[in-house]
Amino acid sequence: MNLTQLSAFEVAQKVRSGEVKAAEIAEASLAQIKAVDGVSGSPEPGNLSPEEEKKVHAFIQITRDLALAQAEKVDRMVANGEDPGLLAGVPLSVKDIFCVEGTHTTAASKIIANFVPPYTATSVQRLTDAGALVLGKVNLDEFTFGSSNESSAFQPSTNNPWQTEYVPGGSSGGSAASVAAQEVALSLGTDTGGSIRQPAAFCGVVGMKPSYGRVSRLGLIAFASSLDCPGPLSRDVRDAALMLQAMAGHDPKDSTSSILSIGNYVEALEQDVKGLRIGLSPDYEAVYYPDLESGELHTEPIQKEVHDAVLYAAEILAKAGAEIIENVPLPNTRYGIPTYFVISRVEAASNLHRFDGVKYGYRTSENVADLNELYRRSRAEGFGLEPKLRILMGMYVSAAEHASDYYQKALKVRSMIRSDFDQAFDPQGSYRLDALLTPTTATTAFKRKAVYGNSVLMQYSDQMTVASNHAGVPALTLPGGLDENGLPIGIQLIGNDFREELILRIGHAYERLTTDDAWRNVRPQVLQGEVKA
Amino acid sequence: MTTKRISPELFEKLVSLAALELTAEESDYLFEEINHQLASVEALSQIPLPEGVEPSLHGLEPQGSPARPDQWQPFPNPEAVINLAPETEDGMIVVPDVKGAK
Repeated sequence: MNLTQLSAFEVAQKVRSGEVKAAEIAEASLAQIKAVDGVSGSPEPGNLSPEEEKKVHAFIQITRDLALAQAEKVDRMVANGEDPGLLAGVPLSVKDIFCVEGTHTTAASKIIANFVPPYTATSVQRLTDAGALVLGKVNLDEFTFGSSNESSAFQPSTNNPWQTEYVPGGSSGGSAASVAAQEVALSLGTDTGGSIRQPAAFCGVVGMKPSYGRVSRLGLIAFASSLDCPGPLSRDVRDAALMLQAMAGHDPKDSTSSILSIGNYVEALEQDVKGLRIGLSPDYEAVYYPDLESGELHTEPIQKEVHDAVLYAAEILAKAGAEIIENVPLPNTRYGIPTYFVISRVEAASNLHRFDGVKYGYRTSENVADLNELYRRSRAEGFGLEPKLRILMGMYVSAAEHASDYYQKALKVRSMIRSDFDQAFDPQGSYRLDALLTPTTATTAFKRKAVYGNSVLMQYSDQMTVASNHAGVPALTLPGGLDENGLPIGIQLIGNDFREELILRIGHAYERLTTDDAWRNVRPQVLQGEVKA
Repeated sequence: MTTKRISPELFEKLVSLAALELTAEESDYLFEEINHQLASVEALSQIPLPEGVEPSLHGLEPQGSPARPDQWQPFPNPEAVINLAPETEDGMIVVPDVKGAK
C-alpha cells in the first residue's frame, strides 16, 4: 500500500482503527517530499541543476519534528482508546501566510523572513486539534500577491507537478502542488480573488473558498481583510468537506467569523443531485480585458476545452437528475477585476503599513538619521516589487481627491456584483438556483515567465473566480478533465451564502459519475513511474 | 507607450507617502505598471450605476458575535512579543530619534 496515495478520509479511517500508525503516515509523506520536492525556497537561492528544475519546490520549510510529535500524540491516543479526531494522522501543508507558533512564518517575503509568531492561527489549531500533522509551510506569491507563485521572495518558486515548466498558479501554488504531488493529503490555503481555486485548477486538485466568515482569519497575515478566506485544498471533494468540517465555525477572536452553525459537510455528500437547479451563465464564457491606452474592454472567448469541460459536467449532472438552467445573467462579472484592482489594493496598502522595521521582521542594517529613514529603508529593502506596487496603487485610489471616482465607485460596483448572485439564488426569483456551474479559469496553466511582470494580465487570470470574493459566496473548484497538452482543467461550482454543503454535494456527485473517465487515470509528470493504487 | 494617468511628480509623492524608496529600475517598472492598472480601473467609470446603489464594505455582511466587553486580557507570554523586535533594551523597543526631536 502506497500511503501517500490515500485520501485524508482513508488515512483517518486507517489511523483511527489502528490499521496504520500516524507515524508511518508522517514518514511516508516526508519520504515523498524528499523524492519529489527538491530544494526548499529560500531568500538566498543557489543555482539550480537541470534535475532541480524538474522538482516541485512546494515547501519553504519542512517541519519534520513537529509532524512526528503530532503523530506520536495521535498514536498514543489511539493506543489509549481515546478519540484522535476527524483528521487523525492526515498529512497537511500550510500556506506560509498562517502563523504557526514555533515555525518561521514568512509570507514569502524578505520583510518577515525571520518572523516566528508567538501564537497559532485558529484554522491551523483546529486542524491539528483534529489530529492533522503539519508537514511544513508551503510557498506562495509574496504576501499572496500574485497568480503564479513567481513573485515569492523564496526561490525557486513552486512548479506545476503536471509539467514542471508550467506555473502551479497562485497564490496558494505551494498548497496546490504539494497536494497534487502527493506530498500531503491536505493543504490550508487562502483565497482573496481566486488564490485557492486558480492554483487548484492549474494543478488538477480540489479547492474551496468558503463563504466569507465561515473560517476564522485569526493568525492569517492579512491581504485584503474584506475578501480573505482560508480554505481547503485536497485531491477529492470528500477530503475538502472533511477539512472544512474540522476548521469552520465561529471564533471569538475574529469578529467577522460567522456565528451561524456549520453544516454537516461530509454527511451531505451522501445525497444525489436529483432536482437541484444548476445554472450556466453566458457571462462566464469570455474574458474581458482592457486596452491599456483607452481602458476600453475587449472580449476573448475562454479556451475551448475549458468551455467544453463545463458543458460536459452540465450534461453529466443533468443525466443524474439535476435541472440545468441556461442563460443566467451575471452581467457585472466582467467588472470583477477593475473593482478588485481598487478594493484589494486599498486594503493591502492599509494592512502593509504595519511592516516598518520596528516591531518585528526585517530592519535595515544601514545607519539611518531618524525614524522616518528607518521606515523607508527597511520597507525598501524588505518588500519585493509586487507589495510595493500594491501599496502605491492602494494609496493612489484611496486618496481623498480620487476616492469618489475609484474607491467609492468600486464599493458600489461590488454591490452590483453581489446583486447578480442575489438574483440567481433568490428562492422566489426567476432562476432559483442551488449552484452556478462555471469554468474556474479561462485557460489552463501558463508557462513560467510567460506572464510574470505584466501585472494587469496576471490579475486577469482571476476573472472567473474574483466575483465570488466580492460577493462573499462560497465556491468550489474540482478537476474537470485535461486539455490537449495534458494540463488539468478546473470547473467551478458557486453557491449561495453558507451553502457549502450543496456545492460539495454536487461536486462529489460529479466525481462519482466520472470515476471511469479515461482522464482520471492520467498522473502528474512528477508521479510518473508510480503505479496508481 | 501608455497614456499616463498619473504624473511622475505625483508618483514620487506617493512613494514618499508610502514610506518607500525605489531604485531607478524599480521606479520605471512600477510607474508603468500602476498606469497600466489604472487603465483597467477606467472600466469602472463606464459602468452606469442605477439610482440608489449603496457601497458594500463586504459582499456578505459579517454575522459575527457582538463586540465583547472592553476588558483587557493578558497575553500569556508578552516577552515573546517584545523579543520579536529587531532591537530591544530592558523590555522596550529601540528606535532612532524622530526627526527634529531632542
